[in-house]
Amino acid sequence: MLRRDLLQLAVQGGAVLLPFGPSAWAAVGESRAAAPPRLVVIFLRGAVDGLSVVVPHADSAYHAARPSIALARPGDDGGVLDLDGRFGLHPALAPLMPLWQAGQLGFVQACGSPDATRSHFDAQDYMESGTPGRKSTADGWLNRLLGVLPPDQAGPAPATRAVSMGPVLPRIYAGRHSVANVPLGAAAGKPTLLDRPQVAEAFGRLYGGDDALSRAFRASRQSHQEVMRSMNGDGLEREMQAASNGAPLPNGFPDNAARLATLMRSDAGVQLAFMDLGGWDTHANQGAASGQLANRLGPLGQGLSAFATRLGPVWEETVVVVMSEFGRTVRQNGNGGTDHGHGNVMWLLGGRVAGGRVHGRWPGLDDAALHEGRDLAVTTDFRQVLVEIGERHLRLQDARMAELFPGFAFRAPGAAQRLMRA
Amino acid sequence: MKARVLAWALACAAFAALPAQAQPASEADALHVLNRLGYGPAPGDLARVRQVGIDRYIDEQLHPERLPLPADLAQRLAALPTAAASQRELITQYREAAQAVKDGGDEARAARREALRQLDIESGQARLWRAARSPRQLEERMVDFWFNHFNVFVGKGLDRVLVGNYEREAIRPYAMGRFRDLLGATAHHPAMLFYLDNWQSVAAGSQPSPGAGPAARASGLNENYARELMELHTLGVAGGYSQQDVTELARVLTGWTFAPRLTTGASVFVFDARRHDRGDKFWLGQRIGDQGQAEGERALDLLALHPATARHLSFQLAQYFVADQPPAALVDRLAQRYLASGGDIRALLQTLFASPEFRSPKVHGQKFKTPYDYVVSSVRATDWPTTDVRPLLGTLRQLGMPLYGCQTPDGYKNTQDAWLNPDAITRRIAFATALASGRLPAAPTPPVDAHVLLATLGGGISPKTRAALAEATPELQAPLALGSPDFMHR
Repeated sequence: MLRRDLLQLAVQGGAVLLPFGPSAWAAVGESRAAAPPRLVVIFLRGAVDGLSVVVPHADSAYHAARPSIALARPGDDGGVLDLDGRFGLHPALAPLMPLWQAGQLGFVQACGSPDATRSHFDAQDYMESGTPGRKSTADGWLNRLLGVLPPDQAGPAPATRAVSMGPVLPRIYAGRHSVANVPLGAAAGKPTLLDRPQVAEAFGRLYGGDDALSRAFRASRQSHQEVMRSMNGDGLEREMQAASNGAPLPNGFPDNAARLATLMRSDAGVQLAFMDLGGWDTHANQGAASGQLANRLGPLGQGLSAFATRLGPVWEETVVVVMSEFGRTVRQNGNGGTDHGHGNVMWLLGGRVAGGRVHGRWPGLDDAALHEGRDLAVTTDFRQVLVEIGERHLRLQDARMAELFPGFAFRAPGAAQRLMRA
Repeated sequence: MKARVLAWALACAAFAALPAQAQPASEADALHVLNRLGYGPAPGDLARVRQVGIDRYIDEQLHPERLPLPADLAQRLAALPTAAASQRELITQYREAAQAVKDGGDEARAARREALRQLDIESGQARLWRAARSPRQLEERMVDFWFNHFNVFVGKGLDRVLVGNYEREAIRPYAMGRFRDLLGATAHHPAMLFYLDNWQSVAAGSQPSPGAGPAARASGLNENYARELMELHTLGVAGGYSQQDVTELARVLTGWTFAPRLTTGASVFVFDARRHDRGDKFWLGQRIGDQGQAEGERALDLLALHPATARHLSFQLAQYFVADQPPAALVDRLAQRYLASGGDIRALLQTLFASPEFRSPKVHGQKFKTPYDYVVSSVRATDWPTTDVRPLLGTLRQLGMPLYGCQTPDGYKNTQDAWLNPDAITRRIAFATALASGRLPAAPTPPVDAHVLLATLGGGISPKTRAALAEATPELQAPLALGSPDFMHR
C-alpha cells in the first residue's frame, strides 16, 4: 500500500525514479569517477572543551591547570589514546582510532575565530555566517557554498543537494538557495498525511505562489519524496545494518548519523549535509575519562564511526568537519568545569583528508602564550581550513572563495601542511 | 460550554467597570490585537473585540487581575497535584528519588521515571490550558516571552522538577510589573541558580557552611550566570561590558545559592556569607566594597535601569509584538518610556500598543508564527474540546520547539528566519489536518466544522484561501483553513 502510493506520487510529481535496492548501490559504485565530492558539517553547540578532545598530554602546563579534570597520560588508568607523542585522544573517542590509524582522521589544533567574543550566540553566528565580527551578513556560508559549487553534470540540482538533519534550519544554511531539512529519528522516511494524493493536491493549490511559504512547501514535497525513496529502498536498511555487524545503534546522534549515511549512500545527489549537537557547555563537573563530557563524546565517536562504515564507497568522496564556536578556559574553574575560552580543535574525517596528523601551530599553554592570560590562542583561522577543503576537495576556484568568505585573506597551503591528500 | 458563557459574562462585567466609551473596531484591527496580544481568536472573540473596541481590549489585557479565569479552568489548574508544590518539596523529592535509585535499582528507577513523566505532563497542562483558554491572553504571551528571556532547561538535572515552580513563582507574578522585580525573582530562584551554575560559585579557598548540600564541593568561581545575566537578561551582548566585568560580577554574586535545609519560607534561596568573596570588586567602572548580599542586589538595581538594558528589552519586545526587524524609532521611544517609568513593563507595553508602528495595517498578519503560536492558536480557533495536552507537546517537539526544552539560555527565537523551513510547513499542515479531522492521537473528537471555523477567524482567512476551500471536499475545508499560509501568520 505504502509502496504503491509512493510510486503513484512519484509519477504524479513527474519525478524520475531512482533505482531501488542493491542495484542502487551498484549504480553509485560504478559511477564513482563522476561522483560529486561531499561535505558534512557537524556543529557542537555550546563550545566543546577541545583540550579534552585532543589532549596535550605531554604539556605539563595542561596537567597543572586542571588538577581534577585533566585526562591521564597514555597508558595510565583512564589515560588518553596517544596520537603522536604530543597529543592524545579522549578515551571515549576510541571508536575513532581505526580512522586515525588509517589516516582518515586528522585535527587542526588551536583553531578558531579571529573574533574574541565569549558569547556563544555571537560566536556561533560568526562561525555560521563565515564573517567573524560582522553581524550584518544575512546568509550562512554553507548556503553560499551551494551557489559556488561546480554544477553537477548529471542535470538539475536535486532538492536534496543540501540537507540539514533536524526540525529547524540552522543559521549556516540561511540564504537564497533551497535546503532540505530531514526530521530526526524514524520520522525521516515515513509518509505523512500530505502523502495522500487528495490532501497533497488541495494544499498544492493553496501553496502555488512564489512567496517564501509556497517555495518552502514545494521544496518540502520534493525533498520528502526523495528522502522516502532513499530511506525505503528494498532491503537497504537491512544491508546497512549488516555493514555494522547488525548491532543496533543507540538513539540520538549514532542513529541519526547512520540515517544520514543511508540517505547519502542511496541518494547520489546529496552533496552538503549539516547536523548539530548541543550540551557541550560544561561549566561544572565536566569529568575526565568518565563523566559529563565523556558521556557526550562517546555517542559522537560512535556515530561518526558508524557513519564512515555505512557510507561505504561514498566515504572516499566525503569530508566531515566537526567544529564548535570556541574553546574553553585552560584552567578549570571552581566547580570542576571550564568557562568560555577561545582556541579550539577542529576535526577532519574522510577518505581524502590528510589524517593521522595533528595540524596547526601549537602555541603552548604557558601563561605568556595564552590568549588574554586564560585561553588557548588561535593560530589557524577556521576559514583557512574550510578554504582548503573547498579548494582541494570541492574543487572550487580561488575566485569563488571570496564569495564564500568575503573579506578573508586566505593563503595557499604549503605542501607540508596540506589538510587534504593530493 | 457553560463555563465559557460564564467567563464571558464576567469579562463583560469587567468591561462595564471601565469608564472609557467603547469605540467599535474594524475587523482587521480586532484581528490584529487578538493575534498579537493573544494567541488569536477563539469562537466569538472577534465579534466581542469589534464591539468593545481595541483600546478597551488592550486596556483590559494590560490588567489581567481584573479578568477572572473561567471557573472550570481555575478548578482544573488548582487540582493539578503539583500546582502548589514548594521549591523545598520539589527539590527534596528529587534528591530522595535519586538516592532511592542509587539504593534500590530498577523498581525505584521506573517509579522515578514515571513521576518525572507525570510532572512534565502537568507543567505542560498548566501552561497550555491557560494559553488556550485563559481570557488573560496578554499575560500568557508575557509569561512565554519572559520565560524565554530568562530561559531555564527542563533537561538539566534538578530543573526537571523546578520549571513549573519557576514559571509560577519567578515569572508569572512579575510578567507585567517592574522589570527589577522580575530580574530579582529569577536571580533568587533555584531553577536559575542551578541552570547557570551560580549556586556553586564561591570565593576561592572558602569553607563550606554546614548544611550547604552538594554545593559544598565547590572550590571557586563559576562565571556562567554572571555572563548571561549581562549578555541575555539585561545589557545585551553589545551592552559595553568586558571579560573583566564578567569575572567581577561573578565575584559579586558568590554565595548566592540555595539550601532547602537552611530555609523555612517559600524560597530556598540563601546568601552564604562564608562563601562570598569579600574583596573589592571593580565592575562597570565602579568600586564595590564588602557588603555581602547587598552587592548583588545593587548590581541588579544598576543592571535593571541601565540604558543598554532599556534598549535591549525594547528591541526584543518590539520584535515580539511588531516585526522581526522592528523600527528603530519605536525601539528608541520604548527605551525612553522604560527608563522614565523606572523600568515598568506595563508602561512600556502601553506605549508599544498605542504606537502607530504597532497599529499600522502594514504589520497586520506579517509575523510568522512560532510552533508554539501555531499550536496554541489552532487549539483556540477550533475550541479543541479535550484537555489532553500530550499530542500538543509531541507536536511542539517535532516542530523543534519542545515546551521548556530549549537547552541554551537564550531561549527560543520568534522570527521567521528561525522557524520557516520546508519540513516545518508540511509538519504544520499534518498537525492541522489531524486536529481538524479529530484524529490527533488523543481521545477522538468530532471533526471541526469549517463554517464555524471560518466565522471564528473572519478576515484572517483571505478571499484567495476561501476560494481554494470552496473547491475542496467538505472534510478538507477545515484542515485547509488551519493549514493555510494565512493561518501560519499572526
